[in-house]
Amino acid sequence: MRRVVVIALLLALPGVATAADGKQVYGRYCVMCHGPNGVGNTNPDSVVGQGPGRDTTIQPGIGPSLRNVGALAADFYLRTGYMPLKRTGLQPRRSRLLLSNAQIEALIKYVASLGHGPPIPHPQPERGSLSEGQRLFASNCAGCHQIMARGGYVTHAVPPPLGQATATEIAEAVRIGPYVMPRFSPKQISNAQLNSLIRYVQWTQKPDDRGGLSLGRVGPVPEGLVTWFVGAAALVALCLVIGRRLHG
Amino acid sequence: MGKARDAFLSGVVLLLGRRRTPPQPDAHLLPPAPKHTRAETVAIALLFIAALCAAAFPVVYFVGSIPAKTQYLGLSIGLALLFLAAALIVAAQSVIPTEELAHAYPPDEHEEDEEYVARLVEESGKGFTRRGLFKLGLVSAGGALGVAALVPAVSFGPLGVEEFYGTPWRKGRRLVDENDVPLRADDIDEKALYTAFPEGADKEEQGSAVVVVRLPRSSLKLSGQVEGYDADGIVAYSKLCTHAGCAISLYRAPLFAPEEPRPALVCPCHYSTFDPADGGSVTFGPAGRRLPMLPLAIDGKGELRARGNFDGPVGPSWWGVRERRPSP
Amino acid sequence: MIRKVVCYVDTRTGTAPFLRKALRYLFPDHWSFLLGEIALYAFIVLVATGVYLTFFFVDSRQDVVYHGPYAPLQGQHMSEAYRSVLDISMTVKAGLLIRQTHHWAANVFLAAVILHLFRVFFTGAYRKPRELTWLIGVTMLMLALLEAYIGYSMVDDLMSGMGLVIGYAVGLSIPFVGANLMGWLFHGPFPGGAVLIPRLYIAHVLIFPVLIAVLLTLHLVLVALRHHSQFRGRRQTERTVIGIPLYPGQTPRSLGLMLSVAGVLFLLGGLVQINPIWLWGPFHTYISTNGAQPDWYLGWLIGGLRLMPGFDVTIGHYTLIPGPFWGGALFPLVVFGFLYFWPYVERKLTGDVAFHNLLDRPRDNPRRTGIGVGMVTWVFLVFVAGSSDRVQVLFGLSYTGQIWFYRVAVLVLPVVAGLVAAWVCRQLVRGEQIEEDRRRAETEGRLELASRFDQA
Repeated sequence: MRRVVVIALLLALPGVATAADGKQVYGRYCVMCHGPNGVGNTNPDSVVGQGPGRDTTIQPGIGPSLRNVGALAADFYLRTGYMPLKRTGLQPRRSRLLLSNAQIEALIKYVASLGHGPPIPHPQPERGSLSEGQRLFASNCAGCHQIMARGGYVTHAVPPPLGQATATEIAEAVRIGPYVMPRFSPKQISNAQLNSLIRYVQWTQKPDDRGGLSLGRVGPVPEGLVTWFVGAAALVALCLVIGRRLHG
Repeated sequence: MGKARDAFLSGVVLLLGRRRTPPQPDAHLLPPAPKHTRAETVAIALLFIAALCAAAFPVVYFVGSIPAKTQYLGLSIGLALLFLAAALIVAAQSVIPTEELAHAYPPDEHEEDEEYVARLVEESGKGFTRRGLFKLGLVSAGGALGVAALVPAVSFGPLGVEEFYGTPWRKGRRLVDENDVPLRADDIDEKALYTAFPEGADKEEQGSAVVVVRLPRSSLKLSGQVEGYDADGIVAYSKLCTHAGCAISLYRAPLFAPEEPRPALVCPCHYSTFDPADGGSVTFGPAGRRLPMLPLAIDGKGELRARGNFDGPVGPSWWGVRERRPSP
Repeated sequence: MIRKVVCYVDTRTGTAPFLRKALRYLFPDHWSFLLGEIALYAFIVLVATGVYLTFFFVDSRQDVVYHGPYAPLQGQHMSEAYRSVLDISMTVKAGLLIRQTHHWAANVFLAAVILHLFRVFFTGAYRKPRELTWLIGVTMLMLALLEAYIGYSMVDDLMSGMGLVIGYAVGLSIPFVGANLMGWLFHGPFPGGAVLIPRLYIAHVLIFPVLIAVLLTLHLVLVALRHHSQFRGRRQTERTVIGIPLYPGQTPRSLGLMLSVAGVLFLLGGLVQINPIWLWGPFHTYISTNGAQPDWYLGWLIGGLRLMPGFDVTIGHYTLIPGPFWGGALFPLVVFGFLYFWPYVERKLTGDVAFHNLLDRPRDNPRRTGIGVGMVTWVFLVFVAGSSDRVQVLFGLSYTGQIWFYRVAVLVLPVVAGLVAAWVCRQLVRGEQIEEDRRRAETEGRLELASRFDQA
């Protein structure tokens, strides 16, 4: 019943997002795992039923506390579609946004009001150094995300490729450490260094591709495929042409 | 105008006109060539196209304003070669006489000659009365010379393994980051991965780099040789994987522990996974030895220092890797 | 004019009788006999492009700071070797074309050698009297693998540097003497001394090419001395070889193939990016990247290393067999051992010690084909297992799940594949026999019918 009321209210309200609206969105999508007022829920016996965006009828309903995570975290998880999570326990992945822009803004305001967390960052990658960014990325990020940010593998997790990441999202992820990613505080990577890092990641989205058709910039595996299915295939075909058996 | 037209017509005739075959001797070595004059024209055309492509190469090379040089240079030379090849193959299939002949295989053996050579060698040795001793002498001389010739190769590098046990870490040595700034214990947060080196040492040495992480003290299970190696929950391990030596640059650090994999140090080469709370023990992957651990201390200024060397040699395993610890 | 040249050559060298015989040397006409030639021509392209590169590569480990045109590495520390390859790729005109052609040529060379090896193996061309040719060929394959590995490792970029430490670890895993050997070779434990890169360089541009060239010459001479083997045919017998003479028939064909190989390699070199080392950055022992892989011809070894469970075999304080030994050293030892000893094993198994100039079709020898297919399946499965992390990233299949699948599959599937291959061979031969019988019966029937008709 309460849900019906919430839905009706949501439909009835006009555009401007407020923290109060956010609370209603929170109630619809988030409270079952993140608890009332964002306190979090670590009770292993709590279950969550069917709901929007969830792909099973029953699943464990636990989630971290959102107190003091700030607009930074909310903005990251909502704009990427990491949250709402389809199923608890899975790695959050970039996905289709379930919430409208208005709903997201409202939710961000609400989560930001839960304590004193960091605001949405405004990185300035154009002020960073590309070379410093490359060095930082090679030292801190390439192990998981691959040197050209094409994504990779860690035992039981999949660091995603960064081809679609915006500057803000990168800045946010670095400060949060989502899922099993390490968290890099300003003591470890300063805001100026972060600008350089983001500048490098953006560069990997359009890198120096001299030498011709790039085969994905992931290394020798596609090169081997071209060797066999283009190079060797063409030359064997030629052998078939040259070496026709004569009759007579 | 008339001259130009004459020249043009002469050129066309020269290119397309039939070559008068020279008078043949009476006995032909080869069968008559296939009369595919169209193929010959095709081959000639291909040759000139090849020439054009190749001629483009110096143009692309020297004219600065042409972009994508690698692609155009490759195209010009690649196509030139392919067109030339095509011309030759067309000529081979249709213009040049192709015979299918039969020859005898060479004989399996030449018994007479084998016998001659064998007897030659046998008879040459008839003068020897103490064959066995002579052979022994030859083998000794040849063997000793061979060994002598190989001896200088010994100096290619150290044959002993002392250096395999050494690392630049000493008791009291400070941990510094890539920019030589000392690591402060307060700056080490949980859920973060730091790389550190011994102050003043060569960073590229296999025994230098360590990974430093902070874990809740309650989660640490350090026992045996590495008991107490942490400093307030901060632990440090060699960064070189004990499987094949790649740098361990992956740190799996859960944001929400009840639902996410446990903290682990992982190597990107073959995914050896090490537990930083349990002395670097191997939890997955092909590594056969746990990560060497560096004992840490926090000095009076709050900076991290080593309390000694690793509890075992760093890097991939070899015969003596479990024999002793690095020292001092 | 031609007569003048020939006269000159014969009077100065006396080789007219030799030329008369040599120019009419017969090449049996089958497309699969040209695979070895592809390898030969790729090798020529390798040498030609390689010589060019030797004039620009600097074989020095000296640490330098980069101030060239490539912005992402501006001001970074790297070895002179790596910097020289950056210069070749970015500054020297046509440098990148030649470098990429060289690398594509190496890849295609090894693919051609392996295709050629398959053809020789599955047709039994290695049998008496051609065992020596086979042994030399297998040795060249081994040398070529090492040569290519050394070639891309001396660039000292992040990916190949990681590959080098892994090769070092495999060497270290040799029981008893591994560390002594590797310390000796590298001049100390990894990363070795400053002399390592010059050592790799001289091995790559002098020692290995000379070894391969000498063996290649021997290989070709042996082929010519005993003449090519040939497939069975109406006129082809153990004593008579049917084919196209070297001149004038085969020459333009072979020349055409050579130019085509070079053409394809230069097209690839200009149009398709390969080994973009500027994207990886310089190697340091303390950094690494996800998704690092060796070139394809060493992929079977990374598979071997990933599939083995984690254990060192120890006796007390001594580590007898470190983990990487199984996948990195024993596995290739077994495969090459199989290749080297197979002609002799087959002789023992079949008792066939006769001379063979005629080849089997793969179906004519089900046992050999089955064993060969089994071996290929084994190596191929391990090879595929080596890139299972990229499969996880691309297709979402669990990495740990794949590893367990492959651990079982590499033991079971080769046997299954070999048995299936042998069965297919037998079925094909049976089918041919049935077809032959049917044709003979039809002809007989027709003849009988005709003769009855005549009588009537």
